[in-house]
Amino acid sequence: MSAVRPNWQALAALVTGLISLAGLPFTATMGTGASLLVTAIVLVAAILSMLKLRPVAQAIILAVASHFAAWLLIGGLADAFGTAGFGYFAALAASWLLAWRLVTVLSEMKFIAPVAKRTIALIVPAIFGIWILILWEALTRGAGVPFVLLPPPSSIGARIVTSTNILAADFVQTVVKAVLVGYIIGTFSGFLVAVMADRFRFLAAGLLPVGNMVAALPMIGIAPIMVIWFGFDWQSKAAVVVVMTFFPMLVNTLAGLAATGHMERDLMRTYGAGHWQVLAKLRLPVAMPFIFNALKINSTLALIGAIVAEFFGTPVVGMGFRISTEVGRMNLDMVWAEIALAAVVGSLFYGLLALAERIVTFWHPSYR
Amino acid sequence: MSTLPVISAKNLDLVFQTGDGSVHALSDITLDIEKGEFVSLIGPSGCGKTTLLRVIADLEKPTSGEISVNGTTPEKARLDGAYGYVFQQAALFPWRTIAKNVALPLEIMGLPAEERTSRIKRNLDLVNLTGFEKKFPWQLSGGMQQRASIARALAVEPDMLLMDEPFGALDEIVRDHLNAELLKLWATTQKTIVFVTHSIPEAVYLSTKIVVMSPRPGRIHEIIDCDLGADRPLDIRETPEFLKIAHQVRDGLREGHSYDE
Repeated sequence: MSAVRPNWQALAALVTGLISLAGLPFTATMGTGASLLVTAIVLVAAILSMLKLRPVAQAIILAVASHFAAWLLIGGLADAFGTAGFGYFAALAASWLLAWRLVTVLSEMKFIAPVAKRTIALIVPAIFGIWILILWEALTRGAGVPFVLLPPPSSIGARIVTSTNILAADFVQTVVKAVLVGYIIGTFSGFLVAVMADRFRFLAAGLLPVGNMVAALPMIGIAPIMVIWFGFDWQSKAAVVVVMTFFPMLVNTLAGLAATGHMERDLMRTYGAGHWQVLAKLRLPVAMPFIFNALKINSTLALIGAIVAEFFGTPVVGMGFRISTEVGRMNLDMVWAEIALAAVVGSLFYGLLALAERIVTFWHPSYR
Repeated sequence: MSTLPVISAKNLDLVFQTGDGSVHALSDITLDIEKGEFVSLIGPSGCGKTTLLRVIADLEKPTSGEISVNGTTPEKARLDGAYGYVFQQAALFPWRTIAKNVALPLEIMGLPAEERTSRIKRNLDLVNLTGFEKKFPWQLSGGMQQRASIARALAVEPDMLLMDEPFGALDEIVRDHLNAELLKLWATTQKTIVFVTHSIPEAVYLSTKIVVMSPRPGRIHEIIDCDLGADRPLDIRETPEFLKIAHQVRDGLREGHSYDE
């Protein structure tokens, strides 16, 4: 047995690292020494990672080397916007390959302790996310991508830090007022109407086609009308959200209420259970996975609806308002800051619902 | 005897209207079941044995004929909780623990919490499931699930148990075991049991009376008394008396089954 165990990421990192030697120095402000240091780190780490070391040792070497190299590379861009040569990108690619190897090593590690498993399950996507930001930063600034086209994450981050007041006000206006109020009214009324339509069949027969039609209406058409009806402030945006979230909840709840098996319904009949008893003890629990489906779909629909509805008239606050005006003023970092905020809010909203779903429908075959 | 039969059917007919014509599910069924009897309905699929059980349970309405359950209409008997029904599958609710599943009919009846607790304990004990109260149905084997569903049926404290192929989905070893347990249960509770099956040994082993049915239209072909006595160990199935009755049932099934299709 040889002491070397080659892998393609390390080999590729070795090759790209050597290539980067032909493009010294990497940027206008990065000296040859600093450039050579990056290459040396990458080459040493690539060779070390091919030795038969313990996975933990490999992971530590790869993590330190790839991120230190990336840190040096990004640091080398200070006052050197758009001056990176091909050596720079070769070194960047080499350190990215090392990070790829790191993720591979981490994913192949086998742990028995649940804490270790959960930590790895968090670290792997975190490394993914960090490297998206690293590559984004290094590519936009290294290659000199125009700010309007795609600002680097560092300036978006700086904008977030300096504009917390504006972002907080926009968050309250759009999310706390329009999304939350609209979401609660829309989903709750959709649920109630579904329960009623299930009890009185004529309601279902009459309502479903109308609901279908309303759901098919373009939001672009509804939003200005809602502004005329409910005014410029958040109420009109909440109304758009109500219209958007009502129908998915109605349809999903109706489907869920119809999902009960014959045997279970016969069982309740042998007990002489009334309609509302069957609903509470059998049909609603069975419908819960469907209802949570609608809640999750609606969480994204509500955010989209409220933001886009603000394009059609609004007071001078709100995430949609900010996006549309800052685009006009070429302040793309502010637009991206709002997008980042929306992404975080949307993910949290969805994540909370998914968590609640796990708790409520613990018995469902997909969770137990 | 002067006591009225618990179940009395006279000239029952049931025709299902389906998209492509009508199906004669039950034809001219006349049957009396006395209190404390163990009656098996046996026959090939399509003979109406399950349908007959469902008519007794008021899950289907007969097209014509008369039927009384506990001296009243099936509907009133159902609403009075006169019977407990055990289905082909356990039909336990997966979001309820075993104890909560047994509590389900008791909640619907509106019994106070203390009474519910004592009935859950007593009936889980009866089917040997003590200690599994807090488990969820999907954590139990198929045989245990079916026992839990029997406990749920018994918790109503009905005079009758209506069982629709309750052990049909279980393997033979578990089935033998549950058959023996069911006989013990029948002996201790003195309930009237109507049992649908398509297994001849099961019917002979369990019953005091076997109703042989035949299909198209579903009708009663023959009623066979099965007087093997109250004490029936599992190896009674090797005895000549047992085999004689089993043979009689098989003959009845063969005569009743038309092979002209």
